[in-house]
Amino acid sequence: MDFDISEEQELLQATVRQLAGNECPLTRVREIFDGDSGHDPELWKSLVEVGLGGTAIPEEFGGAGLELLDLALVAECLGSAAVPGPFLGHSLAGLAVLFAGSEEQKKSWLPRLAMGDALGTVAFAEEGSGWQPNEWTLRANGTLRGTKQHVPYGSLADLIVVGTADGGLVLVETAADGVQSEPVDGADRTRRLDHVSFDGASCEALPAGPQASGRVRDAGLILLSADAYGGAARSLEMAVEYAKTRQQFGVTIGHFQAIKHQLANMAIEVDPVRFLVWYAAHAFDHVPDESERTAALTKAHATSVFMQTARDSVEVHGGIGYTWECDVQILFKRAMFDRAFLGAPRVHRERAAVLGGW
Amino acid sequence: MDLSYGEAYEAFRKEVQAFLAENWPPRAEAAELPRKDQVDRFRDRAVDAGYLARSIPRKYGGSEQPPDALRASVIGEEFRKLRAPMDPVGLGVGLLVPTLLERGTDWQKEKFIRPTLRGHIRWCQGYSEPGSGSDLASLQTKGELAGDEWVINGQKIWTSGAQIADYCFCLVRTEPEQPKHAGISYMLIDMHQPGVEVRPLRQMTGHSGFNEVFFTDARTPKDWIVGERGEGWLVSRTTLKHERSGLMNVGQATGQLPALVKLARRSLRDGRPAVEDPEVRQKLAEIEGYMKANEYALYYRATRGRKGRDAGRIQLMAKLIRSEITQEVAKLAMELIGDDGLLAGGGELGMRERPSDNRGWVSSYMGSLGGAIAAGSSNIQRNVIGERGLGLPRDWAAQRSK
Repeated sequence: MDFDISEEQELLQATVRQLAGNECPLTRVREIFDGDSGHDPELWKSLVEVGLGGTAIPEEFGGAGLELLDLALVAECLGSAAVPGPFLGHSLAGLAVLFAGSEEQKKSWLPRLAMGDALGTVAFAEEGSGWQPNEWTLRANGTLRGTKQHVPYGSLADLIVVGTADGGLVLVETAADGVQSEPVDGADRTRRLDHVSFDGASCEALPAGPQASGRVRDAGLILLSADAYGGAARSLEMAVEYAKTRQQFGVTIGHFQAIKHQLANMAIEVDPVRFLVWYAAHAFDHVPDESERTAALTKAHATSVFMQTARDSVEVHGGIGYTWECDVQILFKRAMFDRAFLGAPRVHRERAAVLGGW
Repeated sequence: MDLSYGEAYEAFRKEVQAFLAENWPPRAEAAELPRKDQVDRFRDRAVDAGYLARSIPRKYGGSEQPPDALRASVIGEEFRKLRAPMDPVGLGVGLLVPTLLERGTDWQKEKFIRPTLRGHIRWCQGYSEPGSGSDLASLQTKGELAGDEWVINGQKIWTSGAQIADYCFCLVRTEPEQPKHAGISYMLIDMHQPGVEVRPLRQMTGHSGFNEVFFTDARTPKDWIVGERGEGWLVSRTTLKHERSGLMNVGQATGQLPALVKLARRSLRDGRPAVEDPEVRQKLAEIEGYMKANEYALYYRATRGRKGRDAGRIQLMAKLIRSEITQEVAKLAMELIGDDGLLAGGGELGMRERPSDNRGWVSSYMGSLGGAIAAGSSNIQRNVIGERGLGLPRDWAAQRSK
């Protein structure tokens, strides 16, 4: 038995942390956060150059050939640094093609996605919060009509993997006619969203879509959970640092048990989540029986913990925490994204209940 | 990452199973022996085989095995299946024996360890006093040397098992002129003597597990001190190197969930099984999230322990996390039992899976608070996590109190 990440995985995390620290310190995050597009092509290029465009894409298709656990470890580091950009949607688009595509589709798209020559995203949600494959209604028959909501970087992507009726998946190239996107005024300005309408846009089905769309969703749940753990740990760390520097009544506020206990309570919520995320990713890779339910439970738990931790962190920071200038608000809004994207905790707890036979 | 035991351990499991098939339950002439002798005989054999008292040297009655949390876990699983006797549960094996091994003299080890391992003598822990709870080092029970004996006067409280204990390992102030932490000795005291009076305390559950202990000119030999005079505080904090701290707790982490789900199935809400109620399903899944996160944190700790690598501050959190989860379980159970929440507690605690007994859940509802208070209350745990885990400054009061 060995429940730990490997030395290679530790190295992978160290590399991503260093890259994020160099290329995307919080000052840069803030510029992108306050900017128009929420995307920095130079930053994205530097991530893709170290292989983060295709971490879990097999080497034969130009990826790094690693597992979802590795991808989740990357997501954790990006979450911790609040790195803005299209990592989530792009990763899921690649996995969708990998899990559901024909050989030809894989050969055509995966190398381009892995190398960053094409930007991918996924379009799942429909009106009324229909995130899950069994809730998708769009009909595709060579062409696609209808609207998808909350598509990450829908206006920038070259390729959109769209969820269709009966849990199907189709590819739409945005260069084609009949694809229109409208930006969403989202809270999380590090991960921008668009509503995307398809008006007879030509599309191409991924043959194994109905069998694979649940897997793609589960991978998304795990990546969001990993991001949430990274963000929660960072929110806690910021609060702890603040408690060690902010002085009132002649001492740092960390002396006061009111603050100390609040921080301890945050820590016991946050720290165990790391291992739950590891397990969920491990189950995705190696324990098929537990994979779906564990992903659901983990997403509900990890993102709830992130949300509450971010709230507590704002509170520990006091007045400054409530300002636009304070970086905690950036994490707070990432928590809002992680919590709601692909379905709120309530949705996944109910799914876990059903899958558990309750 | 690999959560299976692997081939070597599955082979070891077969050995353990073969041993048990041979030795438990006892048969032939052994089956005729009184229970105590059956257990003694079994434990002797299990120690010979290397299955019990694994961290204890052979010369003190142990089996002196190299630390291996996985083997310990396999042994535990197989022994429990057949309800075979394991190492006696309690403060003697759990705290006193490791302390003696680290700090005791040869004669102390020889006299006390073997009978403690066999369950022939039982111990209680004399730490807390009425005026010294979280601020334990302020304790006042006093020991004065009179010839070859210590004469002990004072009162201990919350002393679990004092009513059945043969001996007490006790913190006693022997150097009153020294600053508070430096004036304490770790003393062993015979409970069967006229100067020791044990009065049971009745818990809010109605059970009596702990006691007040009064020492009135109680006596103990001069050399029944572990470590040096005045070193008792440090001795009581001797780091316990143990197989126990790892995987054995994993079962506890998620163990209550099946009983809780069972309760939700047989309880009714609006005439339907409560497990169908959306609110109940949400809460169950929320609790399971906490349990699972804690479970994998324990796997991580066990893995790190085995590799001799530090697991970091998560190690400080186990008790508080467990207390919090246990309370959430108890609160949901209270919701589920409905009007039976009017009843007095009783019977078995709910976590032991007596699904027909709602009064057991009432006891758990109260008992989960006991867990949050005993052995370092949750607020003390928060101080420890804040100060040692997060590196926050020490509490003023604790800094000033010398």
